This record gives sequence, C-alpha cells and structure tokens, in this order.
Amino acid sequence: MGRFFQSDLFYNLVPLLVTAALIFVVVRARRQPLWAEAYRRIGRNKIALTALGVICLYGFVALLDSIGSTDPKTQTRRTLLDRVFEKEKEKTYSAPGARMTTGEPIPSPLKAPGTHLLGTDGVGDDVLYRTLKGCRTAFIIGGLTSLIATPLALCLGLLAGYFGRRTDDAVQYTYTVLSSVPSILLLIALILVLGRGLLQICLALGITRWVGLCRLTRGETLKHRDRDYVRAARALGVSNARILARHILPNLLPVVIISVTLGFSGLILSEAILSYLGVGVGAEIGSWGNMIDAARDELARDPVIWWNLTSAATALFVLVLAFNIFGDALRDAVDPRLRSS
Amino acid sequence: MLRYVLRRILYAVPILVGVALLTFVLFYASASPQSLARRNLSTRNPTQEQIQQWLKDHGYDKPLSVQFKNHVTGLLVFRFGKSDATGEPIWNRIKQGAGPSGLVASLVFLTGLTAAISFAVAVAYFRGTYVDYFGTFLCVLLMSIVFIVYVIGLQYLLGKILKYGPIAGFQTGIAAWKFVLLPVVIGVLAGLGSETRLFRTFLLDEINQDYVRTARAKGVGERAVLLRHVLKNALIPIITSTVAAIPALILGSLVLENFFGIPGLGSYLIDAINSQDFAVVRAMVYLGSILYIVGLILTDIAYALVDPRVRLE
Repeated sequence: MGRFFQSDLFYNLVPLLVTAALIFVVVRARRQPLWAEAYRRIGRNKIALTALGVICLYGFVALLDSIGSTDPKTQTRRTLLDRVFEKEKEKTYSAPGARMTTGEPIPSPLKAPGTHLLGTDGVGDDVLYRTLKGCRTAFIIGGLTSLIATPLALCLGLLAGYFGRRTDDAVQYTYTVLSSVPSILLLIALILVLGRGLLQICLALGITRWVGLCRLTRGETLKHRDRDYVRAARALGVSNARILARHILPNLLPVVIISVTLGFSGLILSEAILSYLGVGVGAEIGSWGNMIDAARDELARDPVIWWNLTSAATALFVLVLAFNIFGDALRDAVDPRLRSS
Repeated sequence: MLRYVLRRILYAVPILVGVALLTFVLFYASASPQSLARRNLSTRNPTQEQIQQWLKDHGYDKPLSVQFKNHVTGLLVFRFGKSDATGEPIWNRIKQGAGPSGLVASLVFLTGLTAAISFAVAVAYFRGTYVDYFGTFLCVLLMSIVFIVYVIGLQYLLGKILKYGPIAGFQTGIAAWKFVLLPVVIGVLAGLGSETRLFRTFLLDEINQDYVRTARAKGVGERAVLLRHVLKNALIPIITSTVAAIPALILGSLVLENFFGIPGLGSYLIDAINSQDFAVVRAMVYLGSILYIVGLILTDIAYALVDPRVRLE
C-alpha cells in the first residue's frame, strides 16, 4: 500500500480526480435554481468570463505540470510540462530571444539560440518554463489551504453559532487568541516550527486563514438559527446534526464559496511575501515568490536583468487579478444583497 | 466610562494568557532544546557540557512546567530574556528598534488612512459614473500587485533611473525624512487599492439610508451630504476595519524596513528568522499581539466616546 502512494499512478490520479470532481460539481450545480440564476448572470458578464478563462488556462498549465512519469534512466519524475520544455541548460543569463549570454565579460553563444522567449535566468534555466512551473505551486497553495481551512471553519462556525453558550465561548476564545497574533508573525512562527515545504506552508496558512471564515459562518448561523424554517424542522423532530447539514449549511454555501474564491488571491500573494521573508517554499520548488525574491539583486546589475522579475510578477498579477474580478462577479451574481454598489 | 474601560482591559487578560500559551506550545513543546542548542552554539561539534551550559543560560534546562510558568509570567511583565543566537537582551533591541519602526508605521497608517478616505469619498461622489467604474477597477489593479513588486519596482525607478538619493539607510532626528519618505509612499500605495474599495462600500451603504434622504429633502447639497452626514457615519466601520488592518501594517513594515535598511523591529525579526532565533521571534509574536489588542481596546473606547448608540453596559 505504501508503494502505491509513491507510485506515478497515485501522483497522476490525484490531480485528475480533483479536476474531475471540480468539473462535476460545477456542472451539477447548474441544475439548482439558485445557482442557475448565478450562472445566467455570469454568462452575461464578459469580463467575468474572460477572468474565468484565464483562471482555467492557468489551471490547465498546473494540471500539465502535475501529470508525468518517472524517467527510468535518472529516476526523477518528469511531468508533461518538463517534457515540452526539454532543452539543454544554458550557462547563465540571456535576454529574451537572444543568441548570446548576458552578464559575462565575454558573451558566449547560447546552445539553443533564439528559442528562449523570455530569456534565461542565472543558472541558465528557461524563464518561461520557470514561470509556468509557478502555476502548480500557486494552485496547490490556494487549493490545499482552502481545503484545510474551509471544513475547519465551517464545522466550528456552525457549532458555535447553532449551539451557543459554552461551545460558542470556546470557539470564540480560540479564534480571538489566534487572530490577536498578527497573521504574518504567526505564519513565520508556524513555518519555523513546522519546517519549510509546500505542505507545511499550506498547513500554516490554513491555521491562520480559518479564523475569518469561521467568524463569518458563526455570524450567518446565528442569523439562521431562529428563522421559521429551522424552527419548523425542529418541531418536526429533525435532529440537530441533520438541521445543520441539510438546512443551515446549504444556506451558507453562497457566502462561503464567495469568501473562498476571494481568499484565493490573497493566498497566492502570501506565497510571494513568505518567499521574500525567507520562509517560503524551498528553492527546489518553482514558484513566483522565489523568482521575485531572486530578482532583487538582478535589477542592480548592469545590463539590467529585468525579464525574470517581469515574467514572474506579470504571471502572478494576472492570476490574482483574474481571481479578484471573478470573485467580485460571483458575489454580485450569487447574492445581489452583497453587491458592492 | 472608567468602569467600561477597566472592564474592557480586563477582557484582554485571558486573551494575552492564550497568546502566551500559544507561543509556548509553538516554541517550547515542538522543538527540542537540544537541537536548539546545537543550532545556536558556534562550534561545529559542541560537547555535552557546552550544550548543558547553553541550556542553563537560556533557561531551557528546567522542567517544562517551570518553563511554562516562567514564560507566561515573563511575558506578562515584558521580561523577554536573552536572544538565543547572540545572547543579547531582547528588550534592549526592542527599545532601539521601536523608534524607527513606530515612525514608519504610524506615518504609513495616518497617510494611508487619509488618502484612502479621500479617494473613497471622491469615488463615492461620482458613483455610477465612469469615474466610479474606472476608480474601482484601478483599485482592483492596485490590489492585485504583490507588495514586494511595489518595493522593487519603485526603488529601481527612483534609485536607478531618476537618481533620487538615498534609497536605503536611516538617520535620527529631522534628517530622517529623506530616508522615511520612500518607504512611506510605498506603504501607502500598497494598501490604497483594497482600503479605498472597502471604504467606498461603507460610504455607499450609508448613502441609501433614510437620514440621507431627509437631508437631501431639506435641500442640503450633495457635497455637504457626503462630507457632513455620510462620512461621519461611515467612519465607524472604517475605524473597525483599519484596526483590523494593523497586522497587515506590521507585515508592511517588516518588508519595508528590511528593504530600506531601517534599523527597526522588522529588520530585527527578519535577522532572527534567518538565524532561527526562537527567543526573538517569540518575543516579537507576543509584542505584535499586544499592539493589536491595545488597538482593539482603543477602538472600543473611541466608539463609546463617538457613537451614542454604543452602550457602556
């Protein structure tokens, strides 16, 4: 069994199953009246559709970078994206589309001249390839953190809001203490203690992120707790667990989904800041934060190495912008009362 | 009023104890002191005696329960102990760093708040027009740029292209303005997008209230309605959200201080992270929480003073 979890099959199955589940949920949700209306509204919103398209494109690249097989010769796992960009490493920096290297006293010719659309970085890697590699990291950080934080926040928020009294006190105390520590300090502390790595960062971000959603869930549950439909269900003898799961939870879902979508962009941005502070994902994992961090010294060089910073910053900016725009559109479409104008 | 303030301060005590507990669990219970000692002793292969001595010096040799008691009581009276890496008293460094940090952070806070409120009022004044759409979209753009890119980009633009002098360093006294200007501008710019957008929604929430209609019916002009009636009421959620943004302010000064070589608490913390100095990180986490809690208390008091609807009981 242990071998299965390390096999290529497992590593390929997980991203495929996640994608399939996402598509299934999105298609199924359309049948429900509330969501059908939201779909119609988003369908009319061209900007939102463009943003969604951009997100899907990034997601596709991330998927390409998740599926692969182990190379029997070198015993390293190579993904589809790695195979597309199979090129020899250059010696050092080279400008986009250049034929010679930059930053050496005597420029030497490149091994693959003119093929590096965004140039190469200090160790000779293709910058376009490195930038595309960042997609997977961004999606894992956003997705896995949401997967950790959302269930925790929902459970505790629902329990605190519904049962009140001691449960509420305990949950409120926990999140007040957690939120009193400025999240960046808590993140740094958690990562120092847990160690560096993608999973650890997601865990640390999850621990700092569930508080906001929990507060939101608790407040919404409080609002619903004494509404007529909940009282009716209680009068009919429906159990508490069933009331929470079948009656209150579906009413909270729109708010939760909007908050998770809008939170996604914040998570992707945190990765870059954590990398800057020296507690980000390790250097062996390609990420935009690492690229931006590396670019600090490159701008001081002469000639200026700008392509590394520009590529990573643009990739990051476009994805975050897309999530922000789509999240706003989703909010307007799902819940007109929450509309920003 | 005094009773209210006292009660509000008393509420903070269990939270501070909670924070102390949290930092204890994080730092004492998870990393073994042995490995801490090995990491911080300068010799490559420390002898058992050296490790014991280090543990004794830093108070890691006592039983966990005693350490916990010392930790909590120490934090409650601001006794932070010595740095794990250098052995220097942490409190000294905090005293040195508080000045520059406080200067930058408070300037960013005040300028940022003023700028965001002004922009939000302007956008709300032109609500529903193209100015509004364009302004809101600009905010989303500003929000989507990662903080570090502002720092790197502006420093490059000013330092290398416009040859604007000093882009890093610090001086005390009046001369500090030269060094503080750029970090403050960047800090304000980085927070402007999200704050303006948020404040705009607060203003628009108020604009549809009955009292605004009454004011308009009385013949009060649009500008006066916005500035005299709406803004006053919208200030309540605005203040709440700015206090909630204090942690973000701390993040901002971390990066800014480190980048511009300002010898504040942020630089101290980043050095501590790089040398895995748990004692300093612990102290900074606690200090950050205290600042936040004090901010919350001050907000509540401000409410009670400003808003007659807030009851003191």
